[in-house]
Amino acid sequence: MVPEELRYTKEHEWLRLEGSNLARVGITHYAQSELGDVVYVDLPEPGDRVKAGGSFAVVESVKAVSDIYSPVDGRIVEVNKDLENRPELINEDPYGQGWIALIEMDDPRAFEEQLTAAEYREHIGEA
Amino acid sequence: MTNDAFPAKPTPLVQRHQALGARMIDFAGFWLPVQYTSVLSECRAVREAVGIFDLSHMGEFSFSGPDALANLQRLLTNDAARLGPGRAQYTLLCNEKGGVVDDVILYRLSDEEYWMVVNAANIEKDRAWIQERLSGRVAFHDRSDETALIAVQGPRAEACVKLLAGEEPARLQPFQACTARVDGVEILFSRTGYTGEDGFELYLDPAAAPAIWDRLLGLGQPLGMLPAGLGARDTLRLEAGFPLYGNELTEEISPLAAGLSFAVKLEKGDFTGRDALLRERERGSRLKLVRFEMTERGVPRSGYPIWHDGAQVGWVTSGAFSPTLGKDIGMGYVPLALAETATGLEVEIRGKLKKARIVKGRFLRRERA
Repeated sequence: MVPEELRYTKEHEWLRLEGSNLARVGITHYAQSELGDVVYVDLPEPGDRVKAGGSFAVVESVKAVSDIYSPVDGRIVEVNKDLENRPELINEDPYGQGWIALIEMDDPRAFEEQLTAAEYREHIGEA
Repeated sequence: MTNDAFPAKPTPLVQRHQALGARMIDFAGFWLPVQYTSVLSECRAVREAVGIFDLSHMGEFSFSGPDALANLQRLLTNDAARLGPGRAQYTLLCNEKGGVVDDVILYRLSDEEYWMVVNAANIEKDRAWIQERLSGRVAFHDRSDETALIAVQGPRAEACVKLLAGEEPARLQPFQACTARVDGVEILFSRTGYTGEDGFELYLDPAAAPAIWDRLLGLGQPLGMLPAGLGARDTLRLEAGFPLYGNELTEEISPLAAGLSFAVKLEKGDFTGRDALLRERERGSRLKLVRFEMTERGVPRSGYPIWHDGAQVGWVTSGAFSPTLGKDIGMGYVPLALAETATGLEVEIRGKLKKARIVKGRFLRRERA
């Protein structure tokens, strides 16, 4: 459940490179499984600036409130409005319909600096 | 069973939870399942079919002897003299200030025999509190380690209990209890619970608990039974509007403020905390517990500030997304005047004020089938 083509963070976000400088971001299968049923997602606004390591969204499960950290410096281009009414998409399809935000990276090289699938697998002890 | 193998005290059913793949946590020093599959599906099973819970962490005390009743009357806020044999009541231990030491269920098992069920986090505190205050001919024992507790909750709980133990326990009315034997095991059946659904609680010998758990799961699964963990239990009790010790109830908060005056019988004679509670009844409580639902999306959580008219006026004690209602709900304390009439309450969620509406009475009502 750690797709090869994605990059990852130690905080359990994934990134998919789209075009030359856009990163689609969500949380991993492992993260959604640890959180349990997601009941609410607090989304940023398109246009918001994000900083690497800064919280830009909040995912609430039945029992826990979790900050979602931006892996990169950049600007929010689009957010997944479907999560407002169907937060469970994060549980059901974390790498697909459960995406959280599309971020325009200030420096596209930031993508390559994230963990590879193999590194992330090792991080969560599934190597 | 040794405790060394677990990060906290295991219950007699710990191997069952592990075999079911439960996610375990340390709750009040006990190693307990927080969820087996998903909190939402476990809640749904309890509301629509039946759920089974391991509550063996709860504490149980026995009282017996000719002065048992007199002692219980001095310790507790409700009127234990109204209990006939085989009956139970919700009641509270209060301190001299009228604050809640614990909220408990008291059973009268026979003429001079009583059984008290206390919160797991309060077992040692309650035991010391009670022992310091007992007098006369009363035998008091902490039975927590020799008692397992399994709850069967939901509209199909009665069918499960009937299959397990026959007509007699299945015919119990709410807050009644009886003993019955199952495969040679004596079980105290009680028609009580903490979910807002019809249901039963079964007190039994820990050595017999795994076999009875297996029997119940086997009988219940065709009826849609799921094992349910602490996560579902907390959401279900909040949907039912029940207070939780440590959240809604503390030693600084009175049962009157918490809306539990039905369990405080100030006219029954003296008891610990009565003077303070009489004064509070005269003057009116400063704070009042309210139940609310969010009219803007956002999950209220324990400790979040409650605002009214530009000022912080109270705090959230419990909150969750309610899967049954499809809404974000919570409970919290606000000044009495606001509890009666207030509109325009807001909950501060991560720095933003989100609108909430007070809900009178319970969030959901359930009729017995």
